[in-house]
Amino acid sequence: MLTKIYNGRILRDHQLVNNATLWIENGQIKDGAEVFWSEKRSPDRIIDARSGIICPGFIDLQINGAFGIDFSEPTPTYAEDLRRVSRGLLQHGCTSFCPTLVSSQPEVYHELLDYLAPRSGSLDQGAEVLGAHLEGPFICPEKRGAHEPATLRTAEQGGAQAIIDCYGGLERLTRSARILTVAPDVPGILDAIPTLAALGLVVSEGHSNATTAQAEEGVRRGARLITHLYNAMHQFHHRDPGLIGLLGSPLRPRPYYGIICDGIHVHPNSVKVAYDAHPRGAVLVTDAMSALGLDPGLYSLGNMTVRKFDDRVYLDGTETLAGNVVNMIDSVRNFQRFTGCSTVEVLEAATLHPAQVLGITHRKGTLQPGADADILILDEPDLAIRQVFIAGEEVTDI
Amino acid sequence: MRLTIRDNADQVAAHVADYLVARIRAFDPTPACPFVLGLPTGSSPLGVYRNLVAKFQAGEITFRNVVTFNMDEYVGLPRDHPESYHSFMWTNLFQHIDIPPAQVNILDGNADNLELECQKYEAKIQAVGGIELFLGGIGPDGHIAFNEPGSSLSSRTRAKTLAYDTILANSRFFENDINKVPKLALTVGVGTVMDAREVVIIITGAHKALALAKCIEEGVNHMWTVSAIQNHPLSMIVCDEDATLELHVKTVKYFKSIEMVHEQLIGKDRMSLGGSITSMKGLDKTKLVSGELSPIK
Repeated sequence: MLTKIYNGRILRDHQLVNNATLWIENGQIKDGAEVFWSEKRSPDRIIDARSGIICPGFIDLQINGAFGIDFSEPTPTYAEDLRRVSRGLLQHGCTSFCPTLVSSQPEVYHELLDYLAPRSGSLDQGAEVLGAHLEGPFICPEKRGAHEPATLRTAEQGGAQAIIDCYGGLERLTRSARILTVAPDVPGILDAIPTLAALGLVVSEGHSNATTAQAEEGVRRGARLITHLYNAMHQFHHRDPGLIGLLGSPLRPRPYYGIICDGIHVHPNSVKVAYDAHPRGAVLVTDAMSALGLDPGLYSLGNMTVRKFDDRVYLDGTETLAGNVVNMIDSVRNFQRFTGCSTVEVLEAATLHPAQVLGITHRKGTLQPGADADILILDEPDLAIRQVFIAGEEVTDI
Repeated sequence: MRLTIRDNADQVAAHVADYLVARIRAFDPTPACPFVLGLPTGSSPLGVYRNLVAKFQAGEITFRNVVTFNMDEYVGLPRDHPESYHSFMWTNLFQHIDIPPAQVNILDGNADNLELECQKYEAKIQAVGGIELFLGGIGPDGHIAFNEPGSSLSSRTRAKTLAYDTILANSRFFENDINKVPKLALTVGVGTVMDAREVVIIITGAHKALALAKCIEEGVNHMWTVSAIQNHPLSMIVCDEDATLELHVKTVKYFKSIEMVHEQLIGKDRMSLGGSITSMKGLDKTKLVSGELSPIK
């Protein structure tokens, strides 16, 4: 069915284009002019965007779980749980994502990675699974955050092969994973980065005590991303700003950086500092844990008992944050509020930039002909989600 | 010829769009008997197209039974080049309305045989019964379509070399580099336009004032090709005040007075869209002699 969406402001080529139309067929963006002139076909369905913004669906490169489900937790219903999360994320405007595994024992990777191989999005399956983000276990113990210390490893013995083996072998790794978060200060990692990057994996530096010099060496060797900037890394010191120092690096291209925009895990001003230093590198990530999308209340998640509020979740009876529960659309609104950036810039930080990180801009993160028809229609100026399309199909329960 | 003068370009665009919609609706086109419309590109018709799109979206007009023929297209420019006239028409009109793509005709500037392409175009116009209304703009040198000064007033669709003036003027659309401007275009002839049963020309802006004066106050002359309109039985020029700057005061007042007589003494309901009096029934003829007109602005 050939669909035309009109009367919207389309995010295209770094601007919101008024008075343009967006054409969709078979789950993909079509070149409307080409259809008109060459195929001489008229649309079968016409959708009025009612002056809303039309942009690609959001891409979340780091999300540990949602709706009570933790991706790192093997369960008998894992495949169905993944589907439940994928469908639920659509209501937040997230149409594709990298399910993220925290540092785990090798058997966990061997068991779970096959479930996380890339899978197309659809109304039935929900948001597209882009492949796993493996956050650890080759990270720095001092910056492990909530990761289990017993799982952490180095690549001192065996180098890149040890890393590949830990995840269950080359085939499983390259089929199912897209992003590896590693710490360049962990023995053996810097030497392994070129091999990992050559496999087509995005090497992201994080959970690390690296000096700026080590971090830059990692970038020279192929790292392209920083994992949740400011969190789990050594804090900004003017004599050695650590991983954060990559923001000011003369290296080109500078790496992208994932950034959490709940206003809690990163102070709004810190978001602004990062954005001002490197606006084209910003990638909004939720880094959400399993309580994302749950109603406020008391929950037992894994081995924790947590109390969920609207925008935060505490270990019950404490004021210790148990992780993030911000969703993509709220991250977008927060980022714009914190930075004062244009609507185009914030939308690109949630669409184009993550697609650039993964090298998939031909099908995600843009509205170019040939891209998947993962589309949002947003109200202006509050950026409320009005309509969501996944692979060309409208999501009705948002 | 009618000369309809409006205060500014926006009012000109609104007037022309209203007129086109009224004409198409009055024609009541059907699949067997479509309304055949000639269309221009360039700055002149932009406002008209905007108005037409708004009227389409408001449900006032459908283009399902309209067939269009565009005036011209560059030779050798890819169809999807942003400055091609295919792109112009797609961007400004066709993507927004419900015209079936098969009813849209634009010359193919990349055809292997340009001469044959032009002949086929003329034949196609004939095959649909000729053009009911040709909408046009005008260049500062009085050209219509790419019929540059010196073009035959009985010319037909053909390949045409662009005048140096035109190449210079168009270089603003091609990175200000005249080497990137196409030098050749396919264009309908002056004769092709004048064969339409009605011709409507939009002229706005002070920079076109001389062209307007040359085209309507002087003789029919191939150096000002729109002047051929003087021989057309049913034509209208819609211009703004700025475009009248080179006209005689007498000329302006005459054409304004015609509109006032029609509106104030005869009444719009007794006038055809083409400007003729359709009925004298019930009209107090003494009013035509002694009726008072408000003063001409």
